[in-house]
Formats: sequence, structure tokens, C-alpha cells
Amino acid sequence: MIQEKIFQNTLYISAFCVVALLIAIFCTLLHASFPAIKEFGMHFVYGKVWDPVSGEFGALPFLVGTLLTSFLALIISIPFSLAIAILLGEYLKKGVVATVLKSAVELLAGIPSIIYGFWGLFVLAPIVRNMEIQLGIIPYGVGILTASLILSIMIIPYSASIGREVIRLVPADLKEAALSLGATRFEMIKKVILPYARSGIFAGILLSLGRALGETMAVTMVIGNSNFLPKSLFSPANTMASVIANEFAEATETLYLASLVEIGLLLFVVTMIINIVGRYIIQKMSVET
Amino acid sequence: MKANNIFVRIIKDRVFKGAAVVFSVLSILPLLFILLYIVKNGIAVINWQFLTELPKPVGEIGGGIANALVGTGILILIACLFSIPLGVAAGIYLSEHRTGKLAYAVRLSAEVLHGIPSIVIGIIAYIWLVVPMGMFSALSGGIALGIMMLPVIVRTTEETLKLVPGTLKEAALALGVPYYKTILKVILPAGLSGVLTGILLSIARIAGETAPLLFTAFGSPFMDVNILKPVNSMPLLIFNYATSPYPEWHALAWGASFVLVVFVLTLNILAKVISRK
Repeated sequence: MIQEKIFQNTLYISAFCVVALLIAIFCTLLHASFPAIKEFGMHFVYGKVWDPVSGEFGALPFLVGTLLTSFLALIISIPFSLAIAILLGEYLKKGVVATVLKSAVELLAGIPSIIYGFWGLFVLAPIVRNMEIQLGIIPYGVGILTASLILSIMIIPYSASIGREVIRLVPADLKEAALSLGATRFEMIKKVILPYARSGIFAGILLSLGRALGETMAVTMVIGNSNFLPKSLFSPANTMASVIANEFAEATETLYLASLVEIGLLLFVVTMIINIVGRYIIQKMSVET
Repeated sequence: MKANNIFVRIIKDRVFKGAAVVFSVLSILPLLFILLYIVKNGIAVINWQFLTELPKPVGEIGGGIANALVGTGILILIACLFSIPLGVAAGIYLSEHRTGKLAYAVRLSAEVLHGIPSIVIGIIAYIWLVVPMGMFSALSGGIALGIMMLPVIVRTTEETLKLVPGTLKEAALALGVPYYKTILKVILPAGLSGVLTGILLSIARIAGETAPLLFTAFGSPFMDVNILKPVNSMPLLIFNYATSPYPEWHALAWGASFVLVVFVLTLNILAKVISRK
């Protein structure tokens, strides 16, 4: 039947399109950044100077900015997301409080990043500025610390929800065995749940790192946009995503544009690896249990 | 372990539980602060004019966000037209072909697409559409958002359709219904609520996206429904007004934030209600 054939083919082509889209994205990025790759080679990654006027493009300040903000955000967020994951995964499995907490975490994930940025710029940045005045350093208000704080709030939901799910996967008989041997709940969590769910929790943190690396708007608004290597946690900087957001529309020269695209390509590759590894760990864990 | 240690152990247990509660509550606090702040600053500027008028130049009082509302609508519509047919069809393919090389590749691609930073999607739409057409346009912004919606739709469609009992499909096929009709008239309707949930969630995901629109839809102070021209959108308007030096524009941005948050959260809640059914 002809309709049958058409239908089957449509499904096949659609599925193929999804794969083709990804490949096309990668090839486009590679192609568009080729002038920069050819001109700078590896120097692009460790070049400290980003000067569009003289045509010198080194992305090190942005790499450092991205790594600093993301890892700082990760460190700040881990106790919080772990607490939520343990509370929802072990202590409060159902009930009103659990539902409220769970919905609140979901809402946290649902708020657009531009709103976080706006709030960060008008509420968080002044707070940080006051703190900086008391500490006696140059009070920018915006900078790496502010960006990390906003980022940490934004990524809590991701690691928390994955952490909750993997903690739920821990077999009940293991937990009961520990409890029946006289372990307190804390000891059971420390010695049974956490070692068992370790790789899954790690994957959750890894995936939230992927989020943090690519987050653009909130960071752009509070990081202060400075194209130099950051001197301290309080100094303004730029991340890979924020420099693209700030400069892409005004980049007219081929080399300038290609350099920005190359930063995008780096972001793409890094987040792709993080996502694939994270998913692989989670998948392996859910198959094993 | 000494016997009197039991008290220490119990105290440790209590302290741990207390710490978990405290940290959890602390991480919810920013949510409350943000929502309260937006409600407090946003409600004050919202009135009929705000929703129906065009933005005014600096210095003039009033002005609204009508063009951003329409622009966001246009962008979402384009994104849906691009991603829903493709995403649902790919999702059906995955639920029908659970193993196989292509299915594996599609799943992996959807995961990776989901994780691509939104700013990179913006670069792609710029290179693919803005450069050849020679100008910023609603079309390029819509496609960028569509690429972001796609993986969510593919995954939710696949997951819901997998839950439809196999007996349903077998019953239809046994009655002599052709395969394509079985899928379209039996399987898809049975999983419709899940597919709809996925679509709503993906719209909620892109409605607040700014980064991919910065150099595609670009923003515009005019009301324009031509999809080949730049349009404004809610998040772009918030970004431009929030980073401007004028207090009256900040007030408008708070109002727009309020509208956007209400819209996004409503979509999330709606998706939840539908998925419960």
C-alpha cells in the first residue's frame, strides 16, 4: 500500500533528520570557525589577549572565566542539592511537605534565565557590592562571585532531581539490612545509600556542570563583561557564553566572527562530552538495579 | 564501638537530618525571594495600557509591551510548526523501533541536542538563516527556538507511546487495520496527553529563552507580523530594558518579567495537570 510506504518513510526520514541536524550543527560550527582555527591553531586556547581592534584573539580569559564560575557554582550548590536529594529520596518519600518541596524545585528549574539575571543584577549585585565595600576591595558588585551565586541557584534543581532518582534506586533490602544491624539512619545513608548511589549522584553533578558551562543570559548580566584574565573572585570577567552574547552581533570581520564561533564550537564539544558521559553513567546505573 | 557511643550516634543522626532540612529550605528561599520581588515590582506597572501599547521612547511616560507579546507568540508559533511534526514523527519512530542503529543514534542525538547551550543554537540559526537572508528575522529566531524544543518533544513522545499497551496495537492490527492507521488512530490518541505535556513543557522551556534570539529575532520597537523582519520578544525586551540606565524602563522590565513568569509557570502547571489525567 502506498500510504503505508509514505508513512513508514516519513517516520524514518524524521528520525534521520534529528541525527542529521546534530551533525549539521557540528559541521557548520567547524566550517564557520575554520578561519580562526587556521590562523591561531592551539594558541587560541591559551592566548591571553582578546583584542578585536588589533585582530588578536586568545580565548584564555573566557575559558578561565567559564571554569571559575561553573566550578564555584558547583561547589556552592552541592550541599544544597545533596540535601534536597537525600531529603526527598530517603526521608520524605510522600506527603504534603515532599510535594511542596518537589514542586518548588521544579519551579526553580522553570524560571527563565533572563529573570535570574535581572534579579541578580538588581538584588544580588548590590548585596555583593556592600560586602565588597566592607571587605575593602574595589566594589564592582558584578563579577565572578555574583555570577557563581546566581548559577548555583539555577543548577540546584538539576543535580537535586537526578540525585533523588538515583537514591530511590538503592534496593530496599540493602537499607533494611543496615538498619536491622543497628545502624542509625545517618549511618545507613553514609555507608549504604551514598556509596551505592555515588556514580549516579556524580552524573547528576556532571550534568548540572554542563548546564552551568553553557548558561548565558543570567551570567552575561551579572559578570561585568571584562575581557581580561580575572585577578580575583570579585573581579569582573567574561565567560565563553557571555562573550558570544555580547560581541557576536557586532562582529563584522571574518576573523572576529570565526573566533567567536570557535568559542561556540568549544562549548558545544565540551557540553556534548559531559552529556554523553553523564547519561552513560545514569543508564548503566539504572540497568544494574 | 563503645556502648555509650549510642547517644553520640543518635545525636549525629538528628544533626544530619536537621542539616538536610535546613539546606533544603535554604535552597528554596531564593525562589520565594525572586517571585516576591517580581510580584512586588511587576504588579504595579501592569494595566491595560501596558499590555496593549507599543514601547515609547525614553522620557515619555507609559508605553507597553504589546509588540513583545505578539512577537513571542509569532516565535513560539514558528518554533512549534518546525518542531512538533518532526519531533512527534521521530518520537513515534523511536517507540516503534526500540533497538537498531538509527534508533540509538536518534536517542543519543536528542540527548546531545538537549544539552547544547542555547547561545550556540543562536550562532547556528545566524549562520543558516540570517546570513543568507541578509537580515535578522522572526523566522530565524523561531527556527532557533524550534531546535531547542525538538529534543524535549522527541523524548516525551517516545516515552509516552512506549507506555501504550502493546495489546491495543495488536488488537487493531488483528482487525485488519493498516499499520499507519493503527499508529495514527489508536496509538497516538492513547498517548495524546503525554505528547501534549511534552509540547507544553518544551514551549515553557523556550518562552523565556533569550540567548538564541539575540542575533536572530534581534528585537524591534515596532509591531511587525512579517516573519522575515526582526521582531521583539518578551525576554529580549526584559534584557534590553533591564540593562538600560533608565529607571522607568526598569519598571517596565519588571512588569514584563511578571507576565513572563506567570506565562511560563502556567504552562508548567498545565502540563502537570494534563499528565496526571
